[in-house]
Amino acid sequence: MIALERRAAPSRFWAYLTPPLAVLLTMAAGAVLFAMLGKDPVAAIRTIFWDPLFHPQFAAYSRPQLLVKAAPLILIAIGLSLGFRAGVWNIGAEGQYIMGAIAGAGVALAFYPMDAWFIFPLMVIAGLLGGWAWAMIPGILRVRFNTSDILVSLLLVYVAQHFLALMAVGLMRNPDGGGFPGSRNLQHYPAAANPELFPGTGMHWGVIAAFIAVIFAYILLTRHLRGFQIRVTGAAPRAARFAGVSPGRMVLFCFGISGALAGVAGLFEVSGPSGQISINFHAGYGFTAIIVAFLGRLHPIGILLAGLLLALTYIGGELAQFMLDLPAAAIQTFQGMLLFFLLALDVLTNFRLRIGKRAPV
Amino acid sequence: MSNLLAINPTLLAIALIVASTPILLAAMGELIVERAGVLNLGVEGMMITGAICGFAIAVESQSPALGFLGAALGGAALALIFGVLTQYLLSNQVATGLALTLFGLGLSAMIGQGYQGVRPPPTSALPLPVLSDIPVLGPVLFNHDPIVYLSFVLVLACWLFLKYARLGLILRAIGENPEAAHALGYKVVRIRLAAIAFGGACAGLGGAYLSLLRVPQWTDGMTAGIGWIALAIVVFSGRRPWRALLGAYLFGGVSVLQLNLQAAGIAIPAAWLSMSPFVITIVVLVIISARGKGDAVEPAALGRSFHASQ
Repeated sequence: MIALERRAAPSRFWAYLTPPLAVLLTMAAGAVLFAMLGKDPVAAIRTIFWDPLFHPQFAAYSRPQLLVKAAPLILIAIGLSLGFRAGVWNIGAEGQYIMGAIAGAGVALAFYPMDAWFIFPLMVIAGLLGGWAWAMIPGILRVRFNTSDILVSLLLVYVAQHFLALMAVGLMRNPDGGGFPGSRNLQHYPAAANPELFPGTGMHWGVIAAFIAVIFAYILLTRHLRGFQIRVTGAAPRAARFAGVSPGRMVLFCFGISGALAGVAGLFEVSGPSGQISINFHAGYGFTAIIVAFLGRLHPIGILLAGLLLALTYIGGELAQFMLDLPAAAIQTFQGMLLFFLLALDVLTNFRLRIGKRAPV
Repeated sequence: MSNLLAINPTLLAIALIVASTPILLAAMGELIVERAGVLNLGVEGMMITGAICGFAIAVESQSPALGFLGAALGGAALALIFGVLTQYLLSNQVATGLALTLFGLGLSAMIGQGYQGVRPPPTSALPLPVLSDIPVLGPVLFNHDPIVYLSFVLVLACWLFLKYARLGLILRAIGENPEAAHALGYKVVRIRLAAIAFGGACAGLGGAYLSLLRVPQWTDGMTAGIGWIALAIVVFSGRRPWRALLGAYLFGGVSVLQLNLQAAGIAIPAAWLSMSPFVITIVVLVIISARGKGDAVEPAALGRSFHASQ
């Protein structure tokens, strides 16, 4: 008989060990999955985790992609982690990401073809505001009417996706695009473009913003009163209220920050790597970022590492699709499994396993 | 000019039932789960898994009945992953439910690779004798596939179960106060697991209804948010079966109406109409929550982990 016994305090040892362990278990389960699909499991795992970085032929292309893919994941996950710590469930980052991109691209398209230094900064502000405003809807509804923030933030993702389609075929469609859906390509509009800053690195403004967000979140959580309040609210909501933390303001703060960061991630993506507003411009970063936040244990440094790892699975997944004919959905399944293993192993952090008879209480 | 007048009310009513049934099935499963004090946000993932399991099995066996059975089993199997994680390993229910949705979307797309563009075997209608001969009402209400009748029976059964059955009372007690129920000797974890599996089976059936009857074909991500709408319906039904029926039909109605308006070529871009079910769901959620709790049921232990040592 195996029994669980709650630890007095979460084990630090297991808190550090569970994420790598979860990754290893996911690799093992993934290998079984790939074998069931009739692929060589060792080759598949190597293609996903090793080849993007070290393959003699492809690594030169895929290594810069690591930063390109990791930046939005890290930016979004940093924002989400603050809310998750405080028990504020913003699961609609995908929608905020889309709305930020639309707002930012809207600014760029409004100024087209003017050339001025202030256009890109204005776009960044619009991206922040677009995501912030979209996140404020579930935030305000929860504070004002006690509406479920989980459901509203998620339902707004679908609204945002349809709005994106509307923009891509309507208002924002490229007038010189021959009737195809999709906006002008912002990469061809220098004043609004978010180019690769150093050739061959993948470094763009979004990557820099992601690093700044990590540092900012680290300082907030360890050195600032607001960060302390976030941690207390998550650990002991009642105690936080006695300590004078307004629950409503905390909800709005967490939604605001996470929405703004998701929005600006969308802006950097639309003005950089993807280049234009199109129907399928969003790539599910808003959902994968939830996995990143948990894999990083809601800690800024952890999120940085987790973001890079999940970015690797995206790139490796594309590579495996190309080299081994592995279905694209296999990677999504793989990412889902990772979150399962992580959540399952968390039991070791909070509980002690007792094998044998339960001790008398 | 749009041809709004071409919309036939009888056909509209039938379409309404077809559109509402998957939402109703999924919502009814989740309602029981939430009454047991468990919040499973993985409805979308379980629905889509049910959709592909049902579709694949129905195509391979050429039997829709086997397909629906497989869908229910597939949905329940996926739900049990959630069950083991949240009930035995005490993981966070919100995060685990999300993981279930992400995993289900990936898994279904993987299984469904070979099934795009395939036509499933048709599910034949089962006209109820005598009743289906009533003018107007007959064709609208009593000339459907068996799953539609099943969905109505399910609502009735859930209502009776929660209101009159001893096990229903125990289930509700577990949702309100698992510690007390445990102290009385009820198997909290086992009953919750059963509820979770039931919820998964219902969501799976709902998904298969989409892929085998409503659409009917398989496309990746074909549930397109219906699972989340079902979750919202559970909230604003106040977790009462008859109101969930009403809610599901309300939203079935909205989606049928917007599809008909799109087909009628009304001068509103299709995307506005497509987003309307989601916007209306949010608006109704706000109205219901702004009115306060009223006589809605919100199980006191909803979403909390239960561990017998506490």
